[in-house]
Amino acid sequence: MQLSFNKRRRTSKAAATLAELKQGEQGVLESIDLPEDTAQRLMELGFLPGAPVTRALSAPGGDPRIYRIDGSEVALRRETAKHLILRVQKKTT
Amino acid sequence: MSACHECSFGSCPKELPPPFKSQSTTPHVVAVVGPPNSGKSTLFNRLTGMRQKVANFPGVTVEQRVGRAKTRGPREVVLVDLPGVYSLTPRSEDERVTRDVLFGEMANSPKPDAILLILDCTNLARHLVLAAPILALKLPTLIVLNMADDLRSRGGEVNTGALATELGAPVALISAAKGEGVEKVFQFIEGTAAGRSPLQAPKVELPVLQDVPKCRQWAGQVGAGAAYKAPEPPLWTRRLDQLFLHPIAGPAIFAVVVVAVFQTIFVGARPLMDGLQGLIQSSGVWFNHVLPHSVLTSLLVDGVWTGVGSVLVFLPQILLLFLFIGILEDSGYLARAALIADRTMAKMGLQGKSFIPLLSAYACAVPAIMSTRTIENKRDRLATIMIAPFMTCSARMPIYILVIAAFVKEQHLLGPFLSTQTAAMLSLYVLGFLAAVFTAKVLKSSVLKSERTPFVLEMPPYRWPTLQSLGIRLYDRSKVFLHRAGTVILLVAIVLWVLLHLPLQNGKAPEIADSYAGMLGHSIEPLIKPLGFNWKIGIGLISSIAAREVIVGTLGTIYGVEGEELEHSEGLRHALQNELSLGGAFALLIFFAFAMQCMSTIAVVRRETGGWRWPAIQFAYMTFLAYAGGFAVNHIVRSGLLSFIGLQP
Repeated sequence: MQLSFNKRRRTSKAAATLAELKQGEQGVLESIDLPEDTAQRLMELGFLPGAPVTRALSAPGGDPRIYRIDGSEVALRRETAKHLILRVQKKTT
Repeated sequence: MSACHECSFGSCPKELPPPFKSQSTTPHVVAVVGPPNSGKSTLFNRLTGMRQKVANFPGVTVEQRVGRAKTRGPREVVLVDLPGVYSLTPRSEDERVTRDVLFGEMANSPKPDAILLILDCTNLARHLVLAAPILALKLPTLIVLNMADDLRSRGGEVNTGALATELGAPVALISAAKGEGVEKVFQFIEGTAAGRSPLQAPKVELPVLQDVPKCRQWAGQVGAGAAYKAPEPPLWTRRLDQLFLHPIAGPAIFAVVVVAVFQTIFVGARPLMDGLQGLIQSSGVWFNHVLPHSVLTSLLVDGVWTGVGSVLVFLPQILLLFLFIGILEDSGYLARAALIADRTMAKMGLQGKSFIPLLSAYACAVPAIMSTRTIENKRDRLATIMIAPFMTCSARMPIYILVIAAFVKEQHLLGPFLSTQTAAMLSLYVLGFLAAVFTAKVLKSSVLKSERTPFVLEMPPYRWPTLQSLGIRLYDRSKVFLHRAGTVILLVAIVLWVLLHLPLQNGKAPEIADSYAGMLGHSIEPLIKPLGFNWKIGIGLISSIAAREVIVGTLGTIYGVEGEELEHSEGLRHALQNELSLGGAFALLIFFAFAMQCMSTIAVVRRETGGWRWPAIQFAYMTFLAYAGGFAVNHIVRSGLLSFIGLQP
């Protein structure tokens, strides 16, 4: 009961951060909520506002996860990924 | 992970070009710049014929390397290979090196006259971002688009002529790994050396450098102007990742790979090693026979040949280890291993990036400690330096192999896949790792506590390791190993021989026990007796402060001097069986697992931490741990606690 309820809630709500993306799912980056230094580094790797990000595979255990960004694959820990905010997307239905 | 290894005694770049010819003017300095893993070092090797180490892993070059280009022009061309950067805003030590060299602010490094900007053209739009700050330097620059073969095979395209117009700089499409198009690079450096500058005003104005989004936009615009078509995603990489990062298969494959590597090192290298040993022994006997009986012959045969020879025997095994590490690094698997290991590293209070130096410390702690420069966080870096020497480096292999072969009976544990000796060896590797984990935890929860820095690691596509690159590694490693055998180990062997043959008694060499070396051994015997070591092992311990593998040479010399008959028997292994109890043998292994017996490591830690404080703490701590561990193991084995698992003397 509980499980199915959770599942439905998740699918109906779009991912708000990179950490919430499911495998194969894509989102558009809105902003980076991290200290200047780290944000700069991530931006150099392609994590720029407006850039599409796809979640790829993860390490066994689910963390860190690999994200496809700007033509390459970059691994981030969950603790970092949750500070990368995604653009709110309108539901297509 | 630089190949610079024997350099730690102060004079590092021993491969610096020889003094420049007097008739030519000052040398033409060309810097090789580019993002990490774009193939700078591969091109550098092509241009210089020098052996800069290459791997399919971001962050291989951690300090600038200098080499002479094989050009035809009259003027000397010096190439400087720089650590990979994404921008000229440095955030770690290695990136600072790049920035400082380019701005001419690096001591002992002249400001470059021209630049080779290496970009990975399979990901051109993003890599072009670096072109903005580089072109802003207003130096003659060649844009080298590397990995042309990859781009083609995956259906990508770029118009180099249009790109050259867009940027106002010449462009060469090459494949450094295959050697394709390298002549264009030679033409460029020969041209700039002759004073030609091909730089023009860029068609698209350069962006404001600090603004990353603007730079990326600019790069995209330039790419579009050059009709850049990004290649298809690397299909094979994705398929392989499905397997190597599979929740169950991934870690299982990792474990199988590690065990297989060690099993091969043990079993596969045996015949080679035995052959080499036989050769060295019989040649020693032959020398003794042929050369006239004199002090000099004794020094040469009993001192130098036996001492150095007993270390040389381990070359095949060490090369095999490096072959495997090379394949893992070049193929790109290592980045996946770092990903798999990140969780474990996080538990230690470190990050996945520390895993890279720690893994290469399995080969040697010296390059590993230098490669910690890629870690941005100072405290994380220091903690990694402190634990790196616990990883089982290749210099420990000789004594491990010797003692294990002498004291652990060869039996199958899991059929032909895992033998008792391999298991013993693996458990020593695990032990070193656990000591590192423990130390990291202590350090990170006390003096080196810090905010967790984010783990950001690019996953390179898988590539076939090239025979050339693997060959260069093995050649490099043999050179380092033979160089050490020819210097440190040779020196220790000579000093030891002298100490073993003095003071003269009635004009003759004394018994070992009465020699200076013997006295030295005897004087520390009370200290090491609780570990189960006698005074002869004591001499070995003292001499191995220079380098771990020296102990094998020392023991070889001692037993070579002691009994002629030993030279004909199976040698050192039997001598040790007579000399050590099982407890003492295990204590010796534990001692070597923990102790910091390596002058090169001490020197490099001093250099990287900028003082004697940390190496002193490290040496004291590791020696204490080694002593305590050896003491405990000796007493546990002696008390018979281990007999229930079937281990017998």
